[in-house]
Amino acid sequence: MPISQGISLPAGLAERAESGRAASILPLRLRGAVARARGKQLIGPIDLDITRRGLTIVMGPNGAGKTTLLRLMHGLQRLSAGEIIWNAPQSQVRDRQAFVFQSPVMMRRSVLDNVAYPLVLRGINQADARAQAAEIATEMGLGGLLDQPAPVLSGGEQQKLSLARALISAPEILFLDEPCANLDGRATREIEAILQKAQGDGTRIVMSTHNMGQARRLAQDVVFMYDGKVHECAEATGFFEDTPKTPEATGFINGDIVE
Amino acid sequence: MDEILHGTYEAARLIVTLDRDLLEIIVLSLKVTLTAVAIASLIGLPIGAWLAVNRFRFRRIVIAVLNALMGLPPVVVGLFVYMMLSRSGPFGAMGLLFTPSAMIIAQVLIITPLIASISHQTIRDLWAQYHDLLISLNATRGQRIISLLWDGRRALLTAMLAGFGRAVGEVGAIMIVGGNIEHATRVLTTAIALETGRGDFAFAMGLGMVLIAIAVLVNLAIHGLGRTERSSVW
Repeated sequence: MPISQGISLPAGLAERAESGRAASILPLRLRGAVARARGKQLIGPIDLDITRRGLTIVMGPNGAGKTTLLRLMHGLQRLSAGEIIWNAPQSQVRDRQAFVFQSPVMMRRSVLDNVAYPLVLRGINQADARAQAAEIATEMGLGGLLDQPAPVLSGGEQQKLSLARALISAPEILFLDEPCANLDGRATREIEAILQKAQGDGTRIVMSTHNMGQARRLAQDVVFMYDGKVHECAEATGFFEDTPKTPEATGFINGDIVE
Repeated sequence: MDEILHGTYEAARLIVTLDRDLLEIIVLSLKVTLTAVAIASLIGLPIGAWLAVNRFRFRRIVIAVLNALMGLPPVVVGLFVYMMLSRSGPFGAMGLLFTPSAMIIAQVLIITPLIASISHQTIRDLWAQYHDLLISLNATRGQRIISLLWDGRRALLTAMLAGFGRAVGEVGAIMIVGGNIEHATRVLTTAIALETGRGDFAFAMGLGMVLIAIAVLVNLAIHGLGRTERSSVW
């Protein structure tokens, strides 16, 4: 098995993540943030702080607004009211974050060119970008597939490719929207190992999931959403081991059907 | 029946022996059409990509007009180009009428909307797939268009081949602006029309066979491209 708990990302990535911390774009603060679409309020108002370190799990039932919250923070969803405040000018923020989608977006290129793509966009020459891409893709267990067309990979391989493509630019913060939603146990374990390693190397992770077991395994803090609002925001140990404050969160943890 | 058999035999002989006149017409046909396809692609592909990734007022109307232009009657295009290039027209001084350049201009006008429209549909579908990723990766507008054109290159090549197929078989417009002059502007389609009128069926059929062979090759190429896409041969 190429990915294990002992996974090591290329040294350059960890160093770049480390160097990025000197002038961090974090913490990220949301103040009264609201997202609307076609006159309908999707989420908000939301007040939330994303600190410099850690792994935050966003939980909640379907339609609670988890995906919208992640997209709002990343800038894929337009802010309708309130503020999203980064610890850096807006012009510097986008290049220092990354997003992994629930359904992996596979460009019609080889695995290697998919992973190298963010570096090529930033003006790094093709040969260097490919060399770095080969390194990180191999570390993630895609070494034998570098020349394969990305769209023919399995679901787990596609999600690993998405992660490699997200991590190659050494983002300071990584948003993941239910990255293991359609994966089996083995692929989920591999993805989790990569995330834990990336987080250990200094990448701030904010991830939504439905999977209670995964939340318990990974979370350092938890944001529980319900009906477009943040109901609870707590450290993971407190959230899972003590009784949550709201009946919706309690019901969700207990496996009750929360609509 | 004898006439058809004799014509077919003569046509085959002309092709096999690489008849000089036949070859000249084939070469000019390919030269004119390939040049027109190259120019129309340079104009049509970026227009299609631009329309796919940009939102602006009257966009739907522009796309509807573009689609409508695909059905332009070639004879009317020929008439328009003739008026523009004739001595009394605005570009008369350039002396392009009855030259291969005039034929290229007419073909470009006929196939650019076709290439732009097909590429727009292709890029629009790809853009829907890539949208969030390219925005997330902070790709500039130019980078987005280049990425979409590159990744959609098979389908875009199909659009170009469709343009080639339409242009190489076109007769109305190039007859008007080219004049079907021997050793100057005579191409496959205009020559077939002329030889049929003169009763030289062998030569007309020889030209027709070549034209059919080109059309079949274009369709095989389109089919082949589609197959590589589906079987993921990169």
